[in-house]
Amino acid sequence: MFTAVIAIGLTGAACGAVLAVAARLFAVHEDPRVEELMAALPGVNCGGCGFAGCADYAKAIARQQAPLNLCAPGGAETVQKLAAVMGVAAAPLARKVAIVLCGGDRQRAARKFCYNGIADCAAAAAVGGGDKLCGYGCLGYGSCARVCPVNAIEITPGGIARVHPELCIGCGRCVRACPRRLIHLVPAERFIHVLCSSKDKGPVVKKACQVGCIGCTLCTKLAGGAIKMDGALAVVDYAQPLENEAVIEKCPGHCIVKVPAT
Amino acid sequence: MTMLRAARRSPGGVHPAYRKEATQGRPIENMPLPPLLRVSLSQHLGAPAKPLVKKGDRVRRGQRIGEAVGFVSAHVHAPTSGTVQAVVDWPTPAGGMQPAVEIVPDGSDEWAADLAPCADWAAADSRALLARILEAGLCGMGGAGFPTHVKLGPPANKPIDTLIVNGAECEPCLTADHRLMVEQAAGIWTGARILRRILNARTIRVAIEDNKPDALAAMEQALAAAPEADAAIVALPTAYPQGAEKQQIYAVTGREVPSGGLPMDVGVLVENVATALAAAEAVVEGRPLTERVLTVTGRPVARPANVRARLGTPLSDVLAFCGGLREPAAKAIAGGPMMGLALPTLEVGVAKTTSGLLFLAPDAAPAFTSLPCIGCARCVEACPMRLLPAELSQMLEAEDYETAEAYQVLDCIECGCCAYVCPARRPLVQHMKQGKARVALKRRQQQERKAQA
Amino acid sequence: MAEQTQPLYVVSPSPHIHAGDSVRRIMLAVIVALLPALAWALWRFGWNAARLVAVCVSACVLAEWVARRLMRRDAGIDDFSAVVTGLLLAFNLPPSLPSGMAVAGSVVAIVAAKQVFGGLGYNPFNPALIGRVFLLISFPVQMTTWSEWRIPAPAPGLEALTTATPLGLLKTSLGQGVMPYRFDAATAWQFFLGWKNGCLGEVSGLALLLGAAYLFYRKCIYWQVPVFFIGAVAAVAAVLWKLDPAHHLPPLFHVLTGGVLLGAFFMATDMVTSPITRLGMAWFGAGCGLLTMVIRVWGGYPEGVSFAILIMNALVPLINRYTRPRVFGHGRRG
Repeated sequence: MFTAVIAIGLTGAACGAVLAVAARLFAVHEDPRVEELMAALPGVNCGGCGFAGCADYAKAIARQQAPLNLCAPGGAETVQKLAAVMGVAAAPLARKVAIVLCGGDRQRAARKFCYNGIADCAAAAAVGGGDKLCGYGCLGYGSCARVCPVNAIEITPGGIARVHPELCIGCGRCVRACPRRLIHLVPAERFIHVLCSSKDKGPVVKKACQVGCIGCTLCTKLAGGAIKMDGALAVVDYAQPLENEAVIEKCPGHCIVKVPAT
Repeated sequence: MTMLRAARRSPGGVHPAYRKEATQGRPIENMPLPPLLRVSLSQHLGAPAKPLVKKGDRVRRGQRIGEAVGFVSAHVHAPTSGTVQAVVDWPTPAGGMQPAVEIVPDGSDEWAADLAPCADWAAADSRALLARILEAGLCGMGGAGFPTHVKLGPPANKPIDTLIVNGAECEPCLTADHRLMVEQAAGIWTGARILRRILNARTIRVAIEDNKPDALAAMEQALAAAPEADAAIVALPTAYPQGAEKQQIYAVTGREVPSGGLPMDVGVLVENVATALAAAEAVVEGRPLTERVLTVTGRPVARPANVRARLGTPLSDVLAFCGGLREPAAKAIAGGPMMGLALPTLEVGVAKTTSGLLFLAPDAAPAFTSLPCIGCARCVEACPMRLLPAELSQMLEAEDYETAEAYQVLDCIECGCCAYVCPARRPLVQHMKQGKARVALKRRQQQERKAQA
Repeated sequence: MAEQTQPLYVVSPSPHIHAGDSVRRIMLAVIVALLPALAWALWRFGWNAARLVAVCVSACVLAEWVARRLMRRDAGIDDFSAVVTGLLLAFNLPPSLPSGMAVAGSVVAIVAAKQVFGGLGYNPFNPALIGRVFLLISFPVQMTTWSEWRIPAPAPGLEALTTATPLGLLKTSLGQGVMPYRFDAATAWQFFLGWKNGCLGEVSGLALLLGAAYLFYRKCIYWQVPVFFIGAVAAVAAVLWKLDPAHHLPPLFHVLTGGVLLGAFFMATDMVTSPITRLGMAWFGAGCGLLTMVIRVWGGYPEGVSFAILIMNALVPLINRYTRPRVFGHGRRG
């Protein structure tokens, strides 16, 4: 037994020595800031910054190949932390969240036919032009919800996509996934939105949906330049301030809504 | 001896219940003019025609109301005389919106005298004949809608030595082409001869499936009455999709159209019997394309029939002519049950490519939910292009478009054989269509980037 | 022109008609095909067969239901695939196996070999065989304990009683350099009918062939896998027998004993775990047959069918990739 203890002990010591030497010999020189930068990042690995995950973004920052304000999920707090590590002044970052600009669920929007096929929005849009009478509206088959890395998008019982702004990290994946380009990234503090994307004229919209924009232009007069008309569709200009909640009550199409600000 | 057998057996294929008994014995009926015609300016493959008329214009039957835009496009003609009510955007069977000319018929059905008849076409110049085909607005009436004059003018380095007239009508339930062959065999044969004259093809083959013995007999008589050199009828074994172009060329001549290529790459051209008949009418009688025969069938239809209707007749009027529906229908399909388009509404007009109007009762079209692939390999056996639909659909479900391209998803002809046999009810054709669109888009983007570089 | 109120049309992508088969109907066809073998098992092994079949089938169905509920998926037991797995697992068990072990095997087969991969269609290995192999390795004694049977002796008048299967006897006897018994036409016929020892479902070649005929008729299996499987077994056995008749038995012996017929027609042909191309199926079957004989002759186990099929299951994606047919319009001109 004595020999066994000596033998194992010597073997262990030898292995330890080899590892210690190897650790020194084959050490990879890494910028020590990379680890600190990674700790400052939220670690969601959503790809919203354009890099392949948080580690990749941290390395790019350390090499001074990337600006500090690309991380939407991290927000202003992360920008401050990153700036502190790098020893520079922090650039301001406005938090953005996604919003689906359509309010026509199954109760409110008419359907053209019953769709029976792959439950994917791009596929459904290709069959008969989509099963909604409104050719611009949300089809509700969940392609956006599937790509959201934080499960912030819910397909409501009424069959339409809805982003929960308090969960949204603003990575932009849903924006790319929607085949009808209904999802937009807007400043997080805004709470008045035109929940319609239909460019059809008023009578056509009325037939298709109870909450569609009929192009009456009433809101443009009340909003003082913050809402503009794009043909027959009212569009909010998020660069301008908009606080007048009267647009919500006065809209005859009931398509301007208040989405709670975070 | 004018009847031949198939040279080769096409791979794959399925044998659905054909259900042609309801209409294959019924002679073609001419439908009266409806109160309003809506003639789409996009009834063919290629750019939609440009409207030549506006609200209030008076038109006569056969007058050109839409002009071909670019090379791959076709003219559109007024199907009857009347007044133009409007030029509107109207839904097409595929679901998109395209401009259409609304015409209110005046009942006199007066022909425009734009195109002079040419009885002595055999002596005419083949280029003059081709010009008539262009004038008459012909496009592939079998379903693809490819402008005929473009097809008949292949480049000089791709001469056509064999013309195949496609009378297979492999889709279940459809009998329009069948009745045309039985009733107007002489006209079809004249059209075939005219097409051969234009192409200067050495060989003509008329391909007909062997489940149509009366059509075979009628065409045989027509061939015997006006013999041509190296012309024969080929009786093909009945199978779906025997009427698909590549499969038909292989069965009749043994040649394989190369992937990504066209029939002219193997010196062959295929035209539908209805197109051939329309060519004869365009040349001999000087009549542009203004009407077509379609089969209206399905258990919910009160009186199934083969109907000759003017282009632009709303399908709801066609259905009304056949007695309407005697029970609620779950699906309305433009075309046949294997490749036809399910319609959201019957307010679309008859187009040059509308070969049928099929209604399915709810028990014949149950809603399906699909299961994962169980690897039964029935789709592999059924695919006429020898693809692996099971693996392709799994790749496309996972959005792996690179591997799908390597597995030749672009060669899929969307015939539906795979989805027809799949016990897991997977929407294979929908996967293939999406995959093909994505891969084609990616290839186009790559080419554009290369061109810019 | 009476028109009824027309509800919204259904719009789906083409095709709009269907051949009519479904996963459930295919599973039912397999169950029907297994009925002759089940009947023989009940007749020959009596209560043990009934017990094991009932236990395996119910354990498999229950395990699938529970597993799917825990994984928050739909119940999914109405496609009868768990019933088929239960039946096939039972057919691969010796009649005297305790019920508790059969339950363990069923749970492993359904949960570890099927549900963790995602359910039917996603499993790379044949679940029933995984269950059997799990039991073989975990409970080797109980999995190789058989009832008595009277064997035809090498010399007349020297009849013997044994508890081994023909293959088991072969392995131990040949190790001692002794030919275990006389294998003549009469014995072969007995084996084919089912008068031999073995697992519940593998003993009667006749019953299995009847079932296989029904599967061919329903187009649930294709001829390539069974023919190449049995052919490879026979070919290897024939070569060995020719070279060394003292130490090997004729090809017919190898085909009729053990799990070759059950494996060739019902296990290796499992749709999910076999190749989808015809050429691939041929290679798969041949590989199974070859590996079976290798294990039987040179391996430690008397029977190699289960391991052979599982090894070939692992190679199926590779086989599928390298046996793709020439797509129409590619390669050589027609």
